[in-house]
Amino acid sequence: MNNLVVKKLNARFGESKIESSEFRGELTLIVPKESIVEVCRFLKEEDELKFDLLADLCGIDMYTPVKRFGVIYNLYSLKNKHRIRLKTFVEEEEPKLPTVTSVWGTADWHERETFDMFGILFEGHPDLRRVYMPEEFEYHPLRKDFPLMGVPGSIPLPKK
Amino acid sequence: MGLEHALGESILTTKLDAAINWCRKNSLWPMPMGISCCAIEMMAFAGPRFDVSRFGSEVFRFSPRQSDVMIVAGTTTYKMAKVVRKIYDQMPDPKWVIAMGVCTSSGGMYRTYSVVQGIDQFLPVDLYVSGCPPRPDNLINALMKLQEMVQKGESKGGSPNYAGGAKPDKRQPLPVVAG
Amino acid sequence: METHTEEVSRKSKILQALEDQNTNVTFDDPLENDMVLNMGPQHPATHGVLRLLIRLDGETVIGCVPEVGYLHRGYEKLAENCTYHEFIPHTDRLDYLSPMNNNTAYVMAVEKLLGIEAPPRAQYVRVLISELARISSHLMFLGSLAMDVGALTVWMWSFREREKEYDIFENIAGARFTTSYTRIGGLAQDVTPETLAMVKKFIDEFPAKLEECEKLLNKNRIFVGRTDGIGVISRERAIDLGLTGPGLRACGVKHDLRRANPYLVYSDLDFDIPVYEGGDALARYYVRMDEMKESAKIVHQVMEKMPVGDVHAFKPKKVLPRKERVYTKMEELIHDFMLVNLGVEPPVGEIYSAVEAPKGELGFYIYSNGEGYPWRLKIRSPSFVNLQSLPTMMMGGMVSDVVAIIGSLDPVMGEADK
Repeated sequence: MNNLVVKKLNARFGESKIESSEFRGELTLIVPKESIVEVCRFLKEEDELKFDLLADLCGIDMYTPVKRFGVIYNLYSLKNKHRIRLKTFVEEEEPKLPTVTSVWGTADWHERETFDMFGILFEGHPDLRRVYMPEEFEYHPLRKDFPLMGVPGSIPLPKK
Repeated sequence: MGLEHALGESILTTKLDAAINWCRKNSLWPMPMGISCCAIEMMAFAGPRFDVSRFGSEVFRFSPRQSDVMIVAGTTTYKMAKVVRKIYDQMPDPKWVIAMGVCTSSGGMYRTYSVVQGIDQFLPVDLYVSGCPPRPDNLINALMKLQEMVQKGESKGGSPNYAGGAKPDKRQPLPVVAG
Repeated sequence: METHTEEVSRKSKILQALEDQNTNVTFDDPLENDMVLNMGPQHPATHGVLRLLIRLDGETVIGCVPEVGYLHRGYEKLAENCTYHEFIPHTDRLDYLSPMNNNTAYVMAVEKLLGIEAPPRAQYVRVLISELARISSHLMFLGSLAMDVGALTVWMWSFREREKEYDIFENIAGARFTTSYTRIGGLAQDVTPETLAMVKKFIDEFPAKLEECEKLLNKNRIFVGRTDGIGVISRERAIDLGLTGPGLRACGVKHDLRRANPYLVYSDLDFDIPVYEGGDALARYYVRMDEMKESAKIVHQVMEKMPVGDVHAFKPKKVLPRKERVYTKMEELIHDFMLVNLGVEPPVGEIYSAVEAPKGELGFYIYSNGEGYPWRLKIRSPSFVNLQSLPTMMMGGMVSDVVAIIGSLDPVMGEADK
């Protein structure tokens, strides 16, 4: 099934655009960020692939000078009972990515969580605001340079 | 409130104080601030096996205006702290607070950016119950210790003139209940 | 329904009056404005700290915005600072109604990353405790839904059954819930024959107790009236929104990870997947009741088929060795020291592993860079994704149905907020 996915993607988008690798039987595809929406739509609507459930969307902070933040899409096909993974990378100075809420409605809250935790902006998102931290919070907690204990005084506490 | 103001201190008011405190301690209506896992043990504490209504806490009124003691059960985050404080302010005097579980006592196993390390940073706490989560028997023990405190007329929060005689002593070490 | 320009002009009338501090402003129809109701984080019926902002036109819901995050404890950042073993007690507190299931899910994810497998007896015991945890979680659902709708007796009865399960868990792992029972490569300790006798006694009496509760609810006019046709969601919308678990199976989609991608020993066991059409609250109730009966069947089969053997895998550099060998032999002492201090060191790579938790698909995505601490651990919690479908279910219903809908969706905020 993994080979079928890679073959169809190469046929549609060209040989060199998407890198693929396998680990413990799972396929990971690295997609450039401009074509992420088209790849997702193709994977969802193509007859033999039909990846109609977006199981998970998360961010990752690689802490490298180039391509610091990554966004990972875990897809699942109800018909074929198969999982694959897509990855895109964005730079630290311009963490912007097009949204996939037009492909899967469930990406809405997942992208809000990724914005809250990492600061990655999704263009075209209907309602991009924080989901876990209070609205006035200024930092993005899951970045590697944010300490575990937090910044003292960043969220006010009521008086005793 | 404040029988001493109306009648002055005498043997009559002392006996009346004791009688009123006896009534209070046997009908403590809890306000369950059930936030996370400790709330499940609090529900078990109200359930059929560890029945709390035999101690007088028959109804768990979820309205702060109708309750005496607030049992804060669960991890309090900074976002939730404002809400807990608001509910505490709405409770009428005399009122007591039980900090249930290690998350409310000291932050518990979560030493992170979003968890308040102990609710005594913004609430006056009368009793700490340790355990993660504390067994319902432990919570019943805490309730019984609280009843002793009510009989003597002590309270960390609330107005200083409440009928009970003993002035609230803010320097008193708080009883820590071993889990 | 007013047009956009009328709504804009009405709103600006209010805003203008606020700015001018004009208390004499009048509307043509005093009932034409709608109300925003705040069903706050502290509420008896919201199953934890969930805040709902509901826009009402009279009693009809025309819009809803759920707000979560009141229990955000920073699990994912904690995971980057703990070794793989140290994170096991944290997984208990995710879906705190079925902690054994979360333990199993996490440990299976780490074992997939390491490329090891637990021995057969450990796998059978893991299936046993997962199914008991599923029964415990669904009993809580039954009690809360019935209590929210008004039937308090059923809550007392379901808690009585849960107390018996707590006795079993205490016998197995030492704690009532928050057990932290599984370990990487097996289990903490083996189950004793006394425990298995307790399980058998519980599971033999269980279907009769469940029938007592069903007699009170299934044909009850009030219960059926409050849940039939309430909170309807269509099949396509459910898949689009990522709804999984009993919510999806109540829409007619026959999807269960125990059958679709079998893990542990589920492929050797015989059980059905209950599926109902309708997509409303009553269908979700029926799905969960049938799932409890199927779980009882699975527990019977597991107890008959359980093999004899060890519950720890023998992989010296990856699995914590037994304590008696640590105290007497040299290599085990060194391995214990290295594994506890530096952590299990998996190869560089990433995996995603999911199980069928009682609430839906519980997945762990782990990215490892070769150290004993995960570089990134993402928890795909079913309740967070299920809560996204709440506005769709509530649209057009009444305010009093909101409570029944939340009860039938059964979110747990500990896992939704991580």
